Amino acid sequence: MDILVCIKQVPETNEVEVDEKTGVLKRDGIDSKMNPYDLYAIETALQLKEEQGGRVTVLTMGPPQAEEIIREGFMMGADAGYILSDRRFAGADTLATGYTLASGVKKIGEFDLLICGMQTTDGDTAQVGPAIAEILQIPHVAYVNKIEGVTETNLTVQKDMADSIERVEVSFPALITVTKEVNQPRLPSFKRKLETRDWEIKMLTLDDFADRKEEHYGLKGSPTQVERIFPPESNVEKTTWEGSGEELAGLIYNKLKEMKFV
Amino acid sequence: MSLLSVDYIKCNLCQKCVEACPFAAIDVIDDKIEFNEACKVCKICIKQCPEGAISLAETNQKSVNKDEYTGVLVFAEQVEGEVHPVTYELIGKGKELADKLGQDVNAVLIGHGFDKQAENILGYGVNNVYVYDQPELAHYRVEPYAAVLEDCIQKFKPTIILVGATSIGRSLAPRISTRFKTGLTADCTVLDVKENTDLIQIRPAFGGNIMAQIITPKHRPQMATVRYKVMTAPAEVENPTGKIVICSVDGSKLSSGVSVLQVTKKPQVDSIVDADVIIAAGRGVREEKDMKMLFELAELLNGKLAVTRPLIENGWGSYHQQIGLSGRSVRPKLIITVGISGSVQFVAGMKNAECIFAINSDPTASIFNVAHYGIVGDLYEVLPRLIEQVKEGGTIDAL
Ligand SMILES: Cc1cc2nc3c(=O)[nH]c(=O)nc-3n(C[C@H](O)[C@H](O)[C@H](O)COP(=O)(O)OP(=O)(O)OC[C@H]3O[C@@H](n4cnc5c(N)ncnc54)[C@H](O)[C@@H]3O)c2cc1C
Ligand SMILES: Nc1ncnc2c1ncn2[C@@H]1O[C@H](COP(=O)(O)O)[C@@H](O)[C@H]1O
Repeated sequence: MDILVCIKQVPETNEVEVDEKTGVLKRDGIDSKMNPYDLYAIETALQLKEEQGGRVTVLTMGPPQAEEIIREGFMMGADAGYILSDRRFAGADTLATGYTLASGVKKIGEFDLLICGMQTTDGDTAQVGPAIAEILQIPHVAYVNKIEGVTETNLTVQKDMADSIERVEVSFPALITVTKEVNQPRLPSFKRKLETRDWEIKMLTLDDFADRKEEHYGLKGSPTQVERIFPPESNVEKTTWEGSGEELAGLIYNKLKEMKFV
Repeated sequence: MSLLSVDYIKCNLCQKCVEACPFAAIDVIDDKIEFNEACKVCKICIKQCPEGAISLAETNQKSVNKDEYTGVLVFAEQVEGEVHPVTYELIGKGKELADKLGQDVNAVLIGHGFDKQAENILGYGVNNVYVYDQPELAHYRVEPYAAVLEDCIQKFKPTIILVGATSIGRSLAPRISTRFKTGLTADCTVLDVKENTDLIQIRPAFGGNIMAQIITPKHRPQMATVRYKVMTAPAEVENPTGKIVICSVDGSKLSSGVSVLQVTKKPQVDSIVDADVIIAAGRGVREEKDMKMLFELAELLNGKLAVTRPLIENGWGSYHQQIGLSGRSVRPKLIITVGISGSVQFVAGMKNAECIFAINSDPTASIFNVAHYGIVGDLYEVLPRLIEQVKEGGTIDAL
């Protein structure tokens, strides 16, 4: 079976802060890594391939440096990798991101199954997977936490519904998003690193797509706009206590007692 | 071709923008400032440029006719006939927005075999409940549910759609926003509306300690998801005047590649969501064994123990104990945070608590911005004594 996994490069640290005085965003370091949930998506694809045969392709939209995570995908066992990179993709919200990725998928080929992580650690929307499925007009199952079985035509999975677990069957072509319960991702292998060192990573731009209308991509294709950013508000009516452990414990205790919590 | 445009005559390549950009999205290429794919259009560079050389290029998006869309539509989520309580919270917020606009708030209920559910929803004061009760809709499957919601949107043309950020809502809403090529903002913590009907959507953003205000200025309907326990459910109205409107879609539109084989209720876990008292532990707790101390305090106060995300990552708690943007939202009567810095993602899940005590040794920790009682001190000094006192009872003389 042919499987495609969408992976994203995210910042290593999440420590972005607003400097209260200047209003400037600060970020310590800009090291990046693969979105942790996407490791589970790759592992799911590799296990299905081991059972059914076929190919695993990894795909990302991002700057050329996103090559690193494609190589990581190769080291885990992926067979091919693509980067969608074009300045005209910049500023994309989840609709434009979904549209760009779906356009890439159409260009690359036909797949039985698409797999996404359940969410990213920077965007954290969980919207991109379902958006891709909608554009490709295929069904999706979100929050898959167990793969029960696979045949040539369909997949049986369990999905997490907060208060219940559902077993569902979905026929190909389809898209699933996976949680961290689904498996334990393998580590990238050094042997694979050597083997795949010279593998080509294919780079696609807007000019490679069937739909080349710029207004469907990047900021222009994004219905949502960030109007302003600001530091979180603070509570004005507050009491601050300082002192020894003994004193502080006493103050807390008395207050809790006054409020009838003890 | 970029969204932010640079006036190359004004630009003297001082590179202040390159430094200021928190996303490393600006490069100097061939002596020109260029933006790359990492750009989030936060507009910081526009403010930072001393020459005023950077501006936002018009995107020339065409606007829909906003007047064709009116009212707030709430997706009334139900599983096996049980309406999810986030629905009532969304109705509360939806009413507030609709009142500001002088428009209606309506709900759409999708499923099969309803009896009193629609009446119950009317009890919260909505103008109409649109009910789609068809056998194909017995279980949530994405294509049929999307087809029904599409039908409802086309018939009633709401300007705002609110959906709970549950596993169903987060799966269905992006399908619909994509189908209508409109905006969807996930996990909003604050919602308001402008006179021109633009929905103001505020959420923690960019994976950092900042909030973003997001709008969908040229598309309708505008869509937002909101987590459970972030908004407040309204009181039930005495004599509901709303109407139940029975709708349906043609069965041929309700086919699906998904079939539900089995639904198993999870064993009831001890949930922090409904707890009145919560003790929340953060990374200030040094070792796993020290969690015992927090657990003991929680027990003594008849409360539940909750944790921040890093502790889940350490394996010191299970996911259902995590408070925050990617965990649970809580609004207990009392929460005591212990060794928690107060990142926006954590605060998003607890700032509606009635009374917040925060224990942290760093007086500049941002948790003190939301705490009602800020205790600047070492948890290892404070907690053992507090526990002792609670055990002993009595009153401590004023200090
Ligand atoms: C998209 C996204 C979603 C996220 N979702 C969540 C979420 O749902 N929930 C969540 O919690 N986080 C979430 N995070 C992570 C969040 O940004 C923070 O990293 C996290 O909340 C920090 O946890 P903490 O306060 O326990 O740790 P830290 O930030 O490390 O804070 C530890 C605090 O303990 C104090 N301390 C140390 N020693 C002592 C002592 N002896 N006595 C008293 N105080 C002490 C320190 O002063 C410090 O303030 C998310 C991040 C992203 C990017
Ligand atoms: N730029 C991107 N490139 C490739 N895949 C992506 C990208 N953004 C999101 N995804 C996929 O969509 C999932 C959900 O992302 P999000 O909607 O940002 O939470 C991720 O786990 C990825 O599988």
